[in-house]
Amino acid sequence: MKQMVKMEVHDLNLWYGSFHALKDINMKVYKHKVTAFIGPSGCGKSTLIRCLNRMNDLIGNVHVEGRVLLDDKNIYDKDVDVVNLRKRVGMVFQKPNPFPMSIHDNITYGPKLHGKKRGLDELVEEKLKDAALWSEVKDILGQNAMDLSGGQQQRLCIARCLAVEPDVILFDEPCSALDPISTGKIEDLINELKRHYTIVIVTHNMQQAARISDYTGYFYLGELKEFNKTKKIFTNPDNPETERYITGKFG
Amino acid sequence: MARRLSEDMVKGILGICAIFSIIIIFLIIIFLFREGLEAFSYTNVIDFVFGREWNPSKETFGAAAFIVSSLLVTVGAIVIAVPIGLLTAIFLAELSPQRVREIVKPAIELLAGIPSVIFGLFGLIVIVKYIRITLDQPTGESILAGSIILAIMILPTIISISEDSLRQVPRAYKEGSLALGATHWESIARIIVPSASSGIMASIILGVGRAIGETMAVVLVVGNVEKLPTSFFDSGEPLTSTILLEMGEAAVGSPHYYSIFALGILLFLIVMVLNIVSNVWLGRGLKRG
Repeated sequence: MKQMVKMEVHDLNLWYGSFHALKDINMKVYKHKVTAFIGPSGCGKSTLIRCLNRMNDLIGNVHVEGRVLLDDKNIYDKDVDVVNLRKRVGMVFQKPNPFPMSIHDNITYGPKLHGKKRGLDELVEEKLKDAALWSEVKDILGQNAMDLSGGQQQRLCIARCLAVEPDVILFDEPCSALDPISTGKIEDLINELKRHYTIVIVTHNMQQAARISDYTGYFYLGELKEFNKTKKIFTNPDNPETERYITGKFG
Repeated sequence: MARRLSEDMVKGILGICAIFSIIIIFLIIIFLFREGLEAFSYTNVIDFVFGREWNPSKETFGAAAFIVSSLLVTVGAIVIAVPIGLLTAIFLAELSPQRVREIVKPAIELLAGIPSVIFGLFGLIVIVKYIRITLDQPTGESILAGSIILAIMILPTIISISEDSLRQVPRAYKEGSLALGATHWESIARIIVPSASSGIMASIILGVGRAIGETMAVVLVVGNVEKLPTSFFDSGEPLTSTILLEMGEAAVGSPHYYSIFALGILLFLIVMVLNIVSNVWLGRGLKRG
């Protein structure tokens, strides 16, 4: 069965000033699958994921060449509305970053910006349920989100992201600040979410990539060394460097 | 043994220096209140604060006109300075290129270093004239002129502290907002400014404190008429101006003399309360941090 391609990266190069951070990246992100990026620190995996919703635009001194297609449309074209792009390609960050306002308002922040005025309470309930947080917070929706635990905050951020109804969700090391139990909850959640969303996740944790992803890309020093089905990467990688990394011989 | 002794001596000297400024504050408070409270043996507090006539030769001391002048001048200054200051702070913290910021921020802070009497002279020849001629008023020396001068003087305080607190808002909030498809301005207005609100409020309160206490710049432009002002185009005489203008002619130990100290108490209390409030506000922001 042929997989549907959601996003496609073509000959992508990125420089921070004179530092060549991404070199000739080519890969595909398949619809309703989980794609993981692994590799040692500084290998460019976070830089690449931030190219997929153009968050790198915020940093001065960044130069990007190449194409990134979302449903066959290059998101780096001049006529692309970045605001609309980020609505379609949501992002969950490494450190949970709820806004310093109530749980309810965190969820409704995005939808309100995009003009939604009615049915906000129903939306809050639906998205919190989707993010497996509803039962824990349903009685404290008015409380400040900063009072939640780290794991709850991260699930709130996921719910907040779901509330703008993106097609693709980018997870940039979403569990690196969390304890194992919270991590397990987020992993279960990602497994659920892939039924409706296309997911890309950067992770430091190889077991995590093996557990939850369908495709894996291995990065080293700004190059995509190998990209394949997760099963293949973790059992029989083509590139001996990949094998050395996943067996823990370096990195 | 000798090293130990010199160590103790250094500690002692530094400690005395540190205590010195605290002692000075207490001495100021004690003497201000000792002289000022005497006034209330001639005039009761209610008459003093709400009385509309201030006539030293008849020994009637009602400070309402001065209090109202002080408040009006300050309110006017805040109304002018807060929007300009806040928008400047937002521009510097979020929108301006690094190079522009590096020039503008020090320039604004330089504004804070200009002696206040210079501001007064500037106000006298530029603002007062403008109000009289261009706005066609009988006199340019007015509450409005005082407000404008004070607004210019408190802008550095408001801009500097607001900008600092805007820059302290974690980057993650802004990124989170942008990642949800907010525009830059939406992120500023809905996330960044509200997150910095405690610092912004503190800057405004500090500005108010500075405006109420300012003397030299204001005395030159407000007209100094001992009458309850009813509009911003009226002349007025704030508390500080009265103290400055009348202290020289009051005989030491006379009711007039004590009443001027009582005006000082009023001023001191107002500024003190504002400072405390602003510190509490700043502290709250830091804790939430």
